[in-house]
Amino acid sequence: MTLKPETYPAILAKLKGLTTWPALLISNSSVAIGGFLLLFVAITALLAPVLFTVEPTSMHPIDRLKGPSSGFWFGTDMYGRDIYSRTVFGCRISLAVGFSVAVLSVSIGLVVGLVAGYFRWLDAIVMRIMDGIMAIPGILLAIAMLALAGASLKTVILAITIPEIPRVVRLVRGIVLGLREEPYVESAISLGTRTPKILIRHILPNIVAPLIVQGTYVCASAMILEAILSFLGAGVPPETPSWGNIMAEGKSYFQIAPWIIFFPGLYLALTVLGVNVLGDGLRDTLDPRLAKQL
Amino acid sequence: MGIVALFVFLLLHLSPGDPATIIAGDYASPADIARIRAQLGLDQPLHIQFTTWLMQLSRGDLGVSIFSNLPVSQLILQRVEPTLSLALTTLIFAIVVAIPLGILAAWKAGSWVDRTVMAFSVLGFSTPVFVLGYALIYIFALQLGLFPVQGFVSITDGIIPFLHRLVLPSITLSVIFIALFARITRASILEILNEDYIRTAKSKGLGERSILARHALPNAAVPIVTVIGIGFALLIGGVVVTESVYNIPGLGRLTVDAVLRRDYPVIQGIILVFSGLYVLINLIIDLLYVALDPRIRF
Repeated sequence: MTLKPETYPAILAKLKGLTTWPALLISNSSVAIGGFLLLFVAITALLAPVLFTVEPTSMHPIDRLKGPSSGFWFGTDMYGRDIYSRTVFGCRISLAVGFSVAVLSVSIGLVVGLVAGYFRWLDAIVMRIMDGIMAIPGILLAIAMLALAGASLKTVILAITIPEIPRVVRLVRGIVLGLREEPYVESAISLGTRTPKILIRHILPNIVAPLIVQGTYVCASAMILEAILSFLGAGVPPETPSWGNIMAEGKSYFQIAPWIIFFPGLYLALTVLGVNVLGDGLRDTLDPRLAKQL
Repeated sequence: MGIVALFVFLLLHLSPGDPATIIAGDYASPADIARIRAQLGLDQPLHIQFTTWLMQLSRGDLGVSIFSNLPVSQLILQRVEPTLSLALTTLIFAIVVAIPLGILAAWKAGSWVDRTVMAFSVLGFSTPVFVLGYALIYIFALQLGLFPVQGFVSITDGIIPFLHRLVLPSITLSVIFIALFARITRASILEILNEDYIRTAKSKGLGERSILARHALPNAAVPIVTVIGIGFALLIGGVVVTESVYNIPGLGRLTVDAVLRRDYPVIQGIILVFSGLYVLINLIIDLLYVALDPRIRF
């Protein structure tokens, strides 16, 4: 009889009488709710060219600062541009930034963390550098980098990624440090398994679950940071309809036209909520150890 | 700290974009640019620039603002009061609200109280500071007229107007910390309630209240204090945004203005000051550990 190694989600799925782990994931209400919210925003982003009602950049001077109506669902801004259409297109920027930052910082953090955790002599150097980056408040670091490099979608993504990397590195390194002392890793070393194989076959699989969870949190904080940067005037170029930019434009008109800030703000809050709730749900299903910690 | 200084320096000097060109403006001749570059010492080799800068730093000299020609340290000192007031009222408010909430949630774990607190915590994490800020201004300042819309009054002009204007900004900024602190308080108390000595205390017939107050809370203090320290880093980011929403003339506004004007010495100075503060806070927290938990020794 051959024993197939089973992952924790697979075992849990069997216990609950479900056959596959995707079914288990959906059975967690947090995953379902968060996933639904995120799916809604993702579909909006994908279908933005179909969903918009008025050309997002076209100006209607007669309809400046009008409240929500049947023609302009979310009202108009000071140039008479339609807030609904702009918000719908804003989904694209937010998701693009959130997703790219999550993927980039998780993959870079993974490699650096693996190396730092496994090779002792590198550990001290790498972690000092990470501590240095962490000591600079992320928002200030991003603002400074953008002030210097000039703001575009690409630089915004990079500027948000760099402050996020040390957090991922710390997480990965912490897990690797613990795993290195595990009997199965020690026996693999004593059997003469080559280092890359140990890292990939024995260590990596244990990091995947916490990394996915961490990735969702990075994604949520990246979307907030992107909006903050745009809001402060340091983010993606002002002509791009990102949620932060729409809100930045509404800043001066807030007392007479609160809808300019309200609707993109609502979308941003719901999207971030969706990602956070999804992350919590994934954490509970994929990684029971983390669930106990927080 | 040395690494931070080196990092900030390299970041500002190796990145594309020449400050001399930006200061000189669009219509400057190459000679003008060269003159400004020499004036700023930017024509020196990189390591000499770095040593000069470090020497100045060690004397507490952060350089001179390109825009206003005032010393950066003076600019920063002028703006400290509003930022410090906002940060302190926020932290105090967050701690006063969050820790009892967290204890309550842990005590009634699994009940509707617990679930409400946790749901609020996720919501708090997800609401961007500035969205919340504008929502609060809209409801409490514009609709109900209970608080002034924006602005800041120095404490020397009377404590009541000072606090009155800080209420909305502090609530805005503290929501995310309430979420964070309540979560960690709940988690650490829950973990400790599973310990053997809690069972011993229960079997001795101690009441739930005294178990919580005498046994659980002191032992949960270390992780809570750690998170408050982490919260400080978040606080700095939040301050920048909150000041901009509420029009408070603090360090956050100084940062934003410096960025928009590309005032490099000011940006450099602010980042260094904030990073220094961050390191200092972490040191204080490490020292607090020893006071809170006699088992920890350095």
